[in-house]
Amino acid sequence: MKASLSVRKYQSFFRLRFIQGLQYRAAAAAGITTQFAWGFLLIIAFSAFYESDPGAFPMSFQDTVTYVWLQQAFLALFNTWMLENEIFDTISNGNIAYELCRPIRIYNMWIARSLANRFSRAVLRCSPILIVAFLVPKPYRMILPPDLGTFLLFVLSLVLGTAVATAFCMIVYGLTFFTISPQGVRVLFASLVDFLAGGIIPIPFMPDKVRAVIELLPFASMQNAPLRIYTGSLPAEEVKVMLGLQFFWLIALVLIGSSLCRLAERKACIQGG
Amino acid sequence: MITMENVSKSYKVAKRNAGFGEAWKSLFHREYETIHALKNISFTINDGEMVGYIGPNGAGKSSTIKILSGILTPDDGTVLVDGRIPYKDRIRHVKEIGVVFGQRSQLWWDVPVIDSFELLKDIYSISPQSYKQNLEELTELLDLGELLRSPVRQLSLGQRMRCELAASLLHNPRILFLDEPTIGLDAVSKLAVRDFIRKRNQLHKTTVLLTTHDMQDIEALSDRIILIGKGEILMDGTLDDIKKGGENIDETIAELYRSFDV
Repeated sequence: MKASLSVRKYQSFFRLRFIQGLQYRAAAAAGITTQFAWGFLLIIAFSAFYESDPGAFPMSFQDTVTYVWLQQAFLALFNTWMLENEIFDTISNGNIAYELCRPIRIYNMWIARSLANRFSRAVLRCSPILIVAFLVPKPYRMILPPDLGTFLLFVLSLVLGTAVATAFCMIVYGLTFFTISPQGVRVLFASLVDFLAGGIIPIPFMPDKVRAVIELLPFASMQNAPLRIYTGSLPAEEVKVMLGLQFFWLIALVLIGSSLCRLAERKACIQGG
Repeated sequence: MITMENVSKSYKVAKRNAGFGEAWKSLFHREYETIHALKNISFTINDGEMVGYIGPNGAGKSSTIKILSGILTPDDGTVLVDGRIPYKDRIRHVKEIGVVFGQRSQLWWDVPVIDSFELLKDIYSISPQSYKQNLEELTELLDLGELLRSPVRQLSLGQRMRCELAASLLHNPRILFLDEPTIGLDAVSKLAVRDFIRKRNQLHKTTVLLTTHDMQDIEALSDRIILIGKGEILMDGTLDDIKKGGENIDETIAELYRSFDV
């Protein structure tokens, strides 16, 4: 009874943030347009490379196209540069005072909010992109997963990837408690993490030695895992390792983030009057 | 009952002179100055009391409220609120208190007020019956009515402050901390807010600790006044102790601040 009430608090946060996210229609329309344009550009660039020598690439053209479309459709779920300004603002202007006056754990509340924000954005954006990706002419068309099992593994990995990305952002928010201004941390993480996560080019396209390291980092457990599992061209062994790493990083990042927030709750100094 | 005994709190503030050279120097070496926001603060507030907490800007009023709400940890001294140590047991403590920061907002900006209230209902695990009852009472006393259905960003400051007050009382706390609740309000809204606070105190025996710069607030609301300046308690008494006759209250207070050199 008590546990269910306490989960209910955070569900409520999730619900309100979700409702609020659904209100921003213009932002969603703009996002969809950007993602279409970006997706097309990437695919055109890749197709030029593939025309010169298809054998030189680690993924088939079809798999790459599918990777790009899925990435654009579900971008809101796992990108790490989409940090919530509202959270930074409450820290740097001191409105966090109100949140500390509530019988809630700041970490859990932020997780609930961030997940809701990501899901509401993804819900608004994914279907138009997916519909078009399944309708465009053949070599540029997105493929279906080979079987139901692969699809279910993809869904599991997508959920884990979202959770890992969110848990990572939580650490960035926690650090902001100590640095006050989020600018430094943000700039540092935004481009580097996106690259390491496979957001600019898929990780298999990187040189082997670099790739071996990058694949073990938490960033590879965000979008890289679900997007590559989807096409079914990975051996079962590799899929298992990927899912295992996702679980591992999720637990590790949550432990780091929640202890950081606990420390911040105790040491926090509220800014501004 | 609220007791504070010999409570101290200091902050470190990074200081530098103006100019590019100084800014560059401070990248490598920061000079900090320690500000003693509170020095040996002691007072007791009994159940059902309404206390005005006044003092010039930077005197330490907000720091006191933050310590009592469990947000800040004092460096030294003991704090007890109904037997709880606020900063040790934040989550259990804040269930029993209501706080309004006049210069901040607790309502969600882009959604109707009622959505924020529903969220608070779940945060405080308020039962549906008492939520309904409290909401009805607050709606009537604060004249919220249609306001509840409007997005917060479209409310005037006075309307919003009435909603903020309601938001902090939905869970029926026994203690209410108000940090400048009338700041920036017009005459009508101020009267409405004051009237409401007085009624709340009479009907529910809610203990109220209120900081303000508006001396009419103090005149209208509190029997007891604690005056703080430069982090120290300078006076703890009644309005009459301050007034000594029928002069204008603002001038009296200014005179008082001057006499204490704060």
